[in-house]
Amino acid sequence: MATLTDSRKRELRRELETVVSPGAVLSDPDELLVYESDGLTLFRALADFVVFPTSAEQVAAIVKLANRESLPFVARGAGTGLSGGCLPAEGGIVISLMRMNRILEIDYDNLLAVVEPGLVNLHLSWAVGPRGYYYAPDPSSQQACTIGGNIANNSGGPHTLKYGVTVNHILGLEVVMPDGEIVWLGGKTRESQGYDLTGVFVGSEGTFGIATKAIVRILRKPQAVKTVLAVFERIEQASGAVSAIIARGLVPAAVEMIDHLTIQAVEDAFGCGYPRDAAAALLVELDGLTVGMEAQAERISEACRDNGAREVRTARDEAERQLLWKGRKSAFGAYGRISPAYMVMDGVIPRTKLPYVLGRVNEIVATHGLRVGNVFHAGDGNLHPNILYDPRTPGEEARVVAAGAEIMKLCAAVGGSISGEHGIGLEKTDFMPFIFSATDLTFMQRLKSAFNPTGRCNPGKVFPTRKSCGEAGPVAYRPHPIEEKGLAQRF
Amino acid sequence: MAPTMAEQPTRHGPLELHGLSVEGVNQCVHCGLCLAYCPTFSELGTEMDSPRGRIHMIKSLAAGRIALSDSVVEHLSLCLDCRACETVCPAGVPYGRLIEAAKAEIERQRPGRPLRRLLRRLSLRLLLEHPALLRLAAASLRVYQIVGLQGLVRRSGIARLLPGTLPAWEALLPPIPGASERAPLPPLIPAEGRKRARVALLTGCVQAVVFGAHNRATARILAKNGYEVAVPPEQGCCGALNAHGGDHERAVDMARRAIDVFERAGVDAVVVNTSGCGAHMKNYGLLLANDPAYAERAMRLARSVRDISEFLGREPLRGPLGPVPMTVTYHDPCHVVHGQKIRTEPRKLLAQIPGLKVVELQESDWCCGSAGIYNLTQPEMATRLLHRKVNHILATGAEAVVTANPGCILQIQAGLRAHGSEVPVLHIVEVLDRAYKSEGASTAPSETSPRSIAPAKPALDRAGDVAP
Repeated sequence: MATLTDSRKRELRRELETVVSPGAVLSDPDELLVYESDGLTLFRALADFVVFPTSAEQVAAIVKLANRESLPFVARGAGTGLSGGCLPAEGGIVISLMRMNRILEIDYDNLLAVVEPGLVNLHLSWAVGPRGYYYAPDPSSQQACTIGGNIANNSGGPHTLKYGVTVNHILGLEVVMPDGEIVWLGGKTRESQGYDLTGVFVGSEGTFGIATKAIVRILRKPQAVKTVLAVFERIEQASGAVSAIIARGLVPAAVEMIDHLTIQAVEDAFGCGYPRDAAAALLVELDGLTVGMEAQAERISEACRDNGAREVRTARDEAERQLLWKGRKSAFGAYGRISPAYMVMDGVIPRTKLPYVLGRVNEIVATHGLRVGNVFHAGDGNLHPNILYDPRTPGEEARVVAAGAEIMKLCAAVGGSISGEHGIGLEKTDFMPFIFSATDLTFMQRLKSAFNPTGRCNPGKVFPTRKSCGEAGPVAYRPHPIEEKGLAQRF
Repeated sequence: MAPTMAEQPTRHGPLELHGLSVEGVNQCVHCGLCLAYCPTFSELGTEMDSPRGRIHMIKSLAAGRIALSDSVVEHLSLCLDCRACETVCPAGVPYGRLIEAAKAEIERQRPGRPLRRLLRRLSLRLLLEHPALLRLAAASLRVYQIVGLQGLVRRSGIARLLPGTLPAWEALLPPIPGASERAPLPPLIPAEGRKRARVALLTGCVQAVVFGAHNRATARILAKNGYEVAVPPEQGCCGALNAHGGDHERAVDMARRAIDVFERAGVDAVVVNTSGCGAHMKNYGLLLANDPAYAERAMRLARSVRDISEFLGREPLRGPLGPVPMTVTYHDPCHVVHGQKIRTEPRKLLAQIPGLKVVELQESDWCCGSAGIYNLTQPEMATRLLHRKVNHILATGAEAVVTANPGCILQIQAGLRAHGSEVPVLHIVEVLDRAYKSEGASTAPSETSPRSIAPAKPALDRAGDVAP
């Protein structure tokens, strides 16, 4: 990593300003400060520059400049990510895509739209909504997060259960490669020849290049939607109901679980209508044709009641439905009502293991003297234990990290995974060996080096770089065991 | 620059700026859900100009991580204080309080050049605290306007030679109404019909001389609905402009004075028809929390403060209401919708007026750029937001814009005029007043100025009155 002298910095700033415009480059330390973290405040890193391009050509020129100067670079959207994925881990240039937020084309007949990466996810649905369409992937941060960030993390959301994750909704991408070349992956057609490079790119967490345009699928809004709230006295009952719903062959659009502590936070925030005394609630949404919807809703209610739900009700109108979803989707932020900080884990487990794993998670967190709130995509088995802590209490961050690592180990041990949708980023690099063998990781490294041979595009992410994850303080590079064995090489 | 997980450097003790607590920063968990709702972030895409970024800066300032550098001042000053972020914040960060503390600290550390300090002192202290002087200033401006001097200044472009933000002030200058409208309201306006309660009306400082018609209309519609309206003549300014402008000490003094005055009035509610004042007065409890003599009284008074729409929107209006046949759209003033969380009431009120059709305005709850005196201190951003607002208004095809705050009225009217539109901007009390008058059974004397009359369909032309 090159350290820039002040005079070199000034020269580079001038050069970057020629590429973009004078108002589109930041290098003042006070301004860079606010870019030091994303939605995960546990990690912080300062860039040398933040640049705001408005076209693929500008992005390419910035990337070429960075390469010339051997500076690392990383793309950033809204910065709502939860794994430190857009942090400038090794300094260099942050390329903010927030000024590339246009919708370039909407083709209703072919059910697609061409958008820029800085477009806010929900704004796409707003744009096509009046004509009866929407964009299906709906991460909980969709009111702020960008399509570009969704592509990087292959983001999911509550409706992932029925509609799949981001990769299922991206047809093609214009990408500025890490060497500054502009290429197209995929296209407007549903099927394309050759390697599915779009599929490879989506979820590469900004390490394969920077998407500058995306061709995304839009869907017709369902004819009917029904939202059911089931309330439980014990969390195991809610877990049982989830399994029962799936086992009975029902395919809801979403099955979300929200626990007692989280209910307190969201009720404090917006008064959404979740009963405060419940141990857990399930939010189940059905969508599709009006015909048969009533019967399906009844079968879902039945599955919940059979598992001990004390109350099952259907949202009376769109306003009530929206309010319930608002609570669910604001849950992470609402933890601010009860704790100054939180770290969310993103483990995925086989659904049948829900009761066991949730119980263990609570034990682990309690052992570390911390609290945990659970709000997650139960239908997918995608957990989100949110460990609450106070960064002002000395030593608490280290305990959070230790508890997180144990939870990740647990998920891996029951046959699950360490990330469902938030990405590995900076946060989970050391957990990768929990689920991937050295050979797996080597193979992935080789794929990465095909796209990003110099490693300057978003370095320090995805792959393990540290021996253990409990250490605090500046992270110095140390060879990972798999590197020492010659199985992997750090680029 | 390796990523770190080290403890953040913190000063011991509570986080404060200018003696005001900013502990609220710790409620921000950095989720970023506020970002897309922040007007300045939407326009610029820069994190420093977002609520999350500003909170980060305020936290770092209070913790001694950064100093109040030029760029920090610039970004904090660019905040509209519209508080849209508070509406969407799941964590409940008291953003308005944080930014006010930051602005107070900026004023302390950077009072500016002598001319600015003088103008500031003149406006925030001398004029706001002395209604007689304010009336005198208004009378002088009235002379400036009616003898044709203003026209000359505007045509000649000489205004551009004025120092600082004076040209912007000049451009926004509303037509100062004649002396009859600037005259104070009578101290008591009796209720019509069965009396429901006794309320006090905040006539405001600037409001009283520039928009006296709104106050008169407010008093009339309150009376129509059975409220006896007390207008304490000794009332002054509520101190909102001082608080928003970083003059905390004087804001506290003015709050104490307002509490004294309205307590003496012995009323069930204090009704306010300007958004910033209402939001600020509801905050008196916090403002005076550390003053043993006033803390409890401040809480009590704050609880009795009601925005006019909030107050009348609780139950159906007392009829009869006559038809006001036109299509309007409603713009939510920030400190009504975000500062006081009043969203449905004004729409409910408008819905009761026969013949009035209300079309929804896209981004109706986005700031128009007026934001107190923001349009004068940050003209560039204010203009960008105004264009955005005007474009949405023109897209509705409405014949008039209804809102509930004088600042928004001036700003949006100026914006429409700049777009060559003659669509008038009315205060909701004017529309309600018109409905009562339209019925023709009014008992109140006809005292409205030409500006406050919204002509019926099709010719809605108030712009001529606004632009001299």
